[in-house]
Amino acid sequence: MSEKITLLKPENPVGIVGYGSYVPRYRLPASEISRIWTDGMGGLPIEEKSVAGPDEDVTTMSIEAARNSLKRAGISPQDIRAVWVGSESHPYAVKPTSTIVAEAIGAVPSTQAADWEFACKAGTEAMVAAMGLVGSGMARYALAIGMDIAQGRPGDPLEYTAAAGGAAFLIGPGEEALAIIEASYSFVTDTPDFWRRAYQKYPEHGHRFTGEPSYFKHITEAGQAMMDATDTKPEDYAYCVFHQPNTKFPQRVGKMLGFNAEQIKTGLLVPKIGNTYSGSAIIGLTAILDEAKLGDNILMVSYGSGAGSDAMVLSVTDNISGKSEKATTTQQYIERRTEIDYATYARLRGKLVKK
Amino acid sequence: MDIPRHWRLRKQRYGLVGEVCEHCDSKVFPPRDICPDCGEEAKTLFSFSGKGEVYSHSTVYDAPKGFDESTPYTIAMVKLEEGPLVTAQLTDLQEKEVKIGMPVEMVTRKLREAGDERSMIVYGYKFRPVMSH
Ligand SMILES: [Zn+2]
Repeated sequence: MSEKITLLKPENPVGIVGYGSYVPRYRLPASEISRIWTDGMGGLPIEEKSVAGPDEDVTTMSIEAARNSLKRAGISPQDIRAVWVGSESHPYAVKPTSTIVAEAIGAVPSTQAADWEFACKAGTEAMVAAMGLVGSGMARYALAIGMDIAQGRPGDPLEYTAAAGGAAFLIGPGEEALAIIEASYSFVTDTPDFWRRAYQKYPEHGHRFTGEPSYFKHITEAGQAMMDATDTKPEDYAYCVFHQPNTKFPQRVGKMLGFNAEQIKTGLLVPKIGNTYSGSAIIGLTAILDEAKLGDNILMVSYGSGAGSDAMVLSVTDNISGKSEKATTTQQYIERRTEIDYATYARLRGKLVKK
Repeated sequence: MDIPRHWRLRKQRYGLVGEVCEHCDSKVFPPRDICPDCGEEAKTLFSFSGKGEVYSHSTVYDAPKGFDESTPYTIAMVKLEEGPLVTAQLTDLQEKEVKIGMPVEMVTRKLREAGDERSMIVYGYKFRPVMSH
């Protein structure tokens, strides 16, 4: 790239003052999907994926993650000036998820509320907007959520990984932050790798565009530009986390950017919970924050089909100490598991329709 | 479906918001503006912690329309740690056997899986076994 990279850097320091995740309790082993559709033949992209219960949707999952973020932040919900929910599975086509979440956590009525959409990067897009709102001094706190109950057509490769979960971040002033968000940088192009038209239940993918020109291109461009502009190298980071459509992609893209297995492992949750779409990179970030300590630097790069990547550099402050135990940790959610078979899965997710 | 009624109840239903009596500090749920303990006015909003324990329970096999997709399910009277008893559905139980005294916590879930995809989704409190943390 020839032009000089301009980072999004807020006027006033901003950061994460509270975070929370949510993973529903059911797990469908990938071997179970393979047993049904391919007679158990072929490699598996993950071990198992999380499946939401019959009374859960993006709204209820967002409410729980938001409550966890409030427990860690210890602030009044009345001080939140924006509730933004990024998802590609909002329960209503028209009627915001965010107003229900805002009402449930007690943030109404003096708040912004809106739903964000950009395939799997709607959550990080909401975080960038929250940085702007807080960094300009217009708001003290803004809540950004990325959450999905991903859908894959029965028998489609996506069915192995399409999972449920996500995370919520309370963005606030730097002096209260447990991790400062130093800057963000986004790399966006029009790439037709994955889409779902209105009124369609399941997404389509443009096979030729999956992988190289989409996922790998956008993440490496965004990640490398971020490191160049901040004058940092992979060894300056304790952790890195990327969008996780399967186990291999994030490991490979990490390696392409110069990171090692140790830096990737803490945030790599896809083998155990699957691809949580808008929640994927950011729930990895919550698992990192549960373990991080003062001085750790973190590089996060999301990816949304269509396509774009948001890169963020975070540095952990001493406010981190004691924060993870204030709410259920991401690993505790992962360990709480009830294994189900394909028949139960089909019933839970109402998978009677093939189109 | 009674949309105005759902709308009026949303605060108490989404977040377990009740009242506290300024006279004797009793916590009131569901909100009724009068303290059941001292009979004085109690209109100050109070957010319950959502923690409690199972006081009694029963399993529903034959449910009214709108609730029949998830039968059988368990309804419990939960004694909140602040005092009041509330009746609610238990969720995320699976293999867990429900026992009197079992610690539970409030979660906000879909109350109805209405078969009709055109209708409003009703959210509200349920209780699940306490998660370890
Ligand atoms: Zn009283």
